[in-house]
Amino acid sequence: MIDIRVTRRQGDFQVDAAFQTGNAGITALFGPSGAGKTSVINMVAGLIRPDKGRIVVQERVLFDSGDGVDLPPEKRSIGYIFQDGRLFPHLTVHGNLSYGMKLIPRARRLISLEQVVDLLGIEHFLDRRPARLSGGEKQRVAIGRALLTSPRLLLMDEPLSSLDEPRKDEVLPFIAKLPRTFRIPILYVTHSTLEIQRLADRLVLMQAGKSTATGVVSELLSRMPGQAAYPAHTSCSRDAC
Amino acid sequence: MTAVLSLTPLEVESLRLSLWVAAWAVVGSLPAGIAVAWVLARLRFPGKILLDGLVHLPLVLPPVVTGYTLLVLMGKNGPLGSLLQETIGLSFSFNWKGAALASAVMAFPLLVRAIRLSIEAVDQGLEAAARTLGARPGRVFFTVTLPLAMPGVLAGVILAFARSLGEFGATITFVSNIPGQTRTLPLALYTLTQVPGGEAGALRLCIISVLLALLAIVGSEILAQRLNQRLKG
Repeated sequence: MIDIRVTRRQGDFQVDAAFQTGNAGITALFGPSGAGKTSVINMVAGLIRPDKGRIVVQERVLFDSGDGVDLPPEKRSIGYIFQDGRLFPHLTVHGNLSYGMKLIPRARRLISLEQVVDLLGIEHFLDRRPARLSGGEKQRVAIGRALLTSPRLLLMDEPLSSLDEPRKDEVLPFIAKLPRTFRIPILYVTHSTLEIQRLADRLVLMQAGKSTATGVVSELLSRMPGQAAYPAHTSCSRDAC
Repeated sequence: MTAVLSLTPLEVESLRLSLWVAAWAVVGSLPAGIAVAWVLARLRFPGKILLDGLVHLPLVLPPVVTGYTLLVLMGKNGPLGSLLQETIGLSFSFNWKGAALASAVMAFPLLVRAIRLSIEAVDQGLEAAARTLGARPGRVFFTVTLPLAMPGVLAGVILAFARSLGEFGATITFVSNIPGQTRTLPLALYTLTQVPGGEAGALRLCIISVLLALLAIVGSEILAQRLNQRLKG
């Protein structure tokens, strides 16, 4: 079980999200830009601190303002794939992949370098530096780098948004394969209905800092009027879903 | 070079001493320089402006003032000087170590400034990524921040080294002008201008100074370009 309830004030903006999801599959955080989606997963990763709340991932308490629990990011075992990749420019692809892997004891490694290299099809540029990779290649390496830390949860912040259409199709199938191959749950931030339809099992709708609805993709999407890009007119409240 | 310019043994000695003193000045102050640069680049705390001002003080103070302050604090009878002498037997008074200390203090603002700018230019998103990959802050600094700031560290080192080679005012005030101990290249040059018939020697040392400075600047430029090339694949 992944249980997240967080509130945080950022200037005039109030983030107030609460949702639960299972230990498997892809859960999409869906909503327009500026809805606070990235803030929520930054709090899950431990990169920013909620004012109040509780974050539990796979039965492990990462943050609890009531008990004063606040694990630093390096102790959370959470993989984060950033929008802009954030590969280390001074390391080769191989150096990037093994950066986090080397920091965990061998016995705790659930995924091997060979497995990741194989799955993501990145063996032919292991010696290159990130500056000489295409956008799609960079994101595949970023996914591999996070996987190799054997995380309990993967966070993805619009991992395809910086890519053009053909590159998206190059990365999307790899993401779709992840939950079944490695049994790692994924929280996937996006504002694209297309990505939702192709990837997500469950959906958390976010609007103006609040999580407004949670549910199975097919149900929630069918309740949205037409092909609206954003769930702005959904009448579904948190209680109703 | 010494053969072409036909330097006298005294001039050669001052050149060697200068290089020795400048090298120690930079090596000795580099860890502190990196630490202060990081604090100024990344931390926010009350009194930060004061620390910034203190670091930059030697840049704007008359060097004689810096030298005299060192003499009062670090000299044989100074509070810090006598403490160091008694506890670890380290003395800065009227020897090459004092010359290195004076050079280090004078070059410190340049060292810190270059390193600080390069640390500020390191994308903090990369540091956050390293944290999510399991690295503690200390490891993040040594595996991400410092390597990416390396061109600036290098520029700072070379700038500080060149500045140390030219240090005059603080050195002569703090540790005087003793041949073989504190008579570095600029002090030797000054001495030569004070004696009749010293013009030729002064000119030779002048040419050497220009060459060293030029070498340092060109060298740092080339190294910085190489490092940047590495980052661009």
